[in-house]
Amino acid sequence: MADTPHPTRISMPATAKRGDIIDIKTLIQHEMETGYRRDANGRVIPRDIVAHFEVRYLDEIIFAADTFAGVSANPYFAFSTIVGDSGPVTFTWTDLAGRKTVETRTLTVT
Amino acid sequence: MPQPSCTRILPTLSRRSVVAGATAAALTRSAWPAAAAFEDDGNATAAIAHIAAGREIKPGRVKLVLPELAENGNVVALSVEVESAMTATDFVKTIHIIAGQNPLAIIARYHLGPRSGRARVQSTIRLATTQTVTALAEMSDGTLWSGTMSVLVTLSACLDGG
Amino acid sequence: MVGLVFAASQAVGLCSLAAQTNLPSRPAIAKPGNVYQSPATQAQQADDGANPAMLWVGQGEKLWSSTDAGDGKSCAGCHGDAVASMKGVATRYPQIDAKSGALLNLEGRINQCRTDRQHATPYAYESAPLLSLTAYITLQSRGMPRDVKIDGAAAAQFEAGRSFFVTRQGQLNLACTQCHDQSVGQKLRGDTISQGQSGGWPAYRFEWQTMGSLHRRLRACSLGVRAEQLPFGSPEYVALELYLAWRSQDLPLDAPGVRR
Repeated sequence: MADTPHPTRISMPATAKRGDIIDIKTLIQHEMETGYRRDANGRVIPRDIVAHFEVRYLDEIIFAADTFAGVSANPYFAFSTIVGDSGPVTFTWTDLAGRKTVETRTLTVT
Repeated sequence: MPQPSCTRILPTLSRRSVVAGATAAALTRSAWPAAAAFEDDGNATAAIAHIAAGREIKPGRVKLVLPELAENGNVVALSVEVESAMTATDFVKTIHIIAGQNPLAIIARYHLGPRSGRARVQSTIRLATTQTVTALAEMSDGTLWSGTMSVLVTLSACLDGG
Repeated sequence: MVGLVFAASQAVGLCSLAAQTNLPSRPAIAKPGNVYQSPATQAQQADDGANPAMLWVGQGEKLWSSTDAGDGKSCAGCHGDAVASMKGVATRYPQIDAKSGALLNLEGRINQCRTDRQHATPYAYESAPLLSLTAYITLQSRGMPRDVKIDGAAAAQFEAGRSFFVTRQGQLNLACTQCHDQSVGQKLRGDTISQGQSGGWPAYRFEWQTMGSLHRRLRACSLGVRAEQLPFGSPEYVALELYLAWRSQDLPLDAPGVRR
């Protein structure tokens, strides 16, 4: 589980017009274990959270977030970007240990 | 139950400051204070003062929307929108979300830029209890604006302990 | 006064229905569990891009074509495209399995396929793959009303489910019907009591911070009235599931739901 990429869901249009503002929605399956909880034996469950999320469109960062234990499990983000050229949109979630989940979608400009 | 793969209980300070610093620099191509390393211990006033670093915080321009009554503190829908032209020279750099009754007051920092088109972010957050949440927006000219919202966090009757 | 008239007319309506069909009562106007959630929670369910349960649906879609199980046969290998072949299937569960005569819910049927067709080990109830496949298959019936059989071979199971629903149990000595028929809309701490409709399950529940099956929700109900929590997939809960499905009348399936 920990070393494999986490399931994600990305909602964004596949095509758009140059200059349009498009909405992008993302979900990632992640427990966002706070580090404040204890297991049945009283031991602290180690913190295990997505600490950083970054979205690049044609290698330019269009949205990023530093996230802490106060972000809900299975983190959801909705944000927007201005459509420029056709190209890849790359989504990278990084957990506290530096493990990454990376997804790419292509935005085609019409 | 999560895998005990991460033995640290608290995040290392260096990773946080490196990650946040790199992001901000890439977005704005300007220097970013290593504010990320600050552990606020649930003190919203301290967290906000640390971000402000002596600058004035003006109320306004930030519309923070949370439900007045949250059914469960585990998932509280958040929407934050900042009035901004979002041009190459006038844009929202960062939005900080702060909740002082949480164990850690800082919930998230959203980094935006001219390419964002509009300064609006939606997410879901955890609230430990009933409290006032603050959104602090840092503009490209360095000014700070804030908006708040009070949320009543209720308890379900039908809890089953997981 | 208006309330009294309404209650009286409702009672007459139910009596006449019972007289005609000899069936137990169900809510005159069925309302999905969704409408008893807050506007924010309803909005989250309505938007597939924001509904965290869709993460499990996505996993189910992957599993549908996976050949990792048993003798390397995927679900798609027999059933083809689930969007076509599974449309309406979830509306017909629980149903009597012709071969064994047992009442199977969708989880039970998936595991029967695992063991009998794919020659693989069955998924544990409440495991991520079983929840994911159940959610994915159920989604293919989104918007369709329930169509369960309650007569013939299913009659005894239906009666067992109905009996479970109306029998007082637990330290609080409460029957399902006392909350979900007689106290609907009233407040229980922060909750608004729902009709106990099941069409939104499996669902993502905030309290769990994850996806869960109807049986996990039923176990929470059992605990709520301080009754014995029956095992996942137990015959009693599957029979109750059949009764709940019938009780949903014409309500369209709206799983995967989002609940507080």
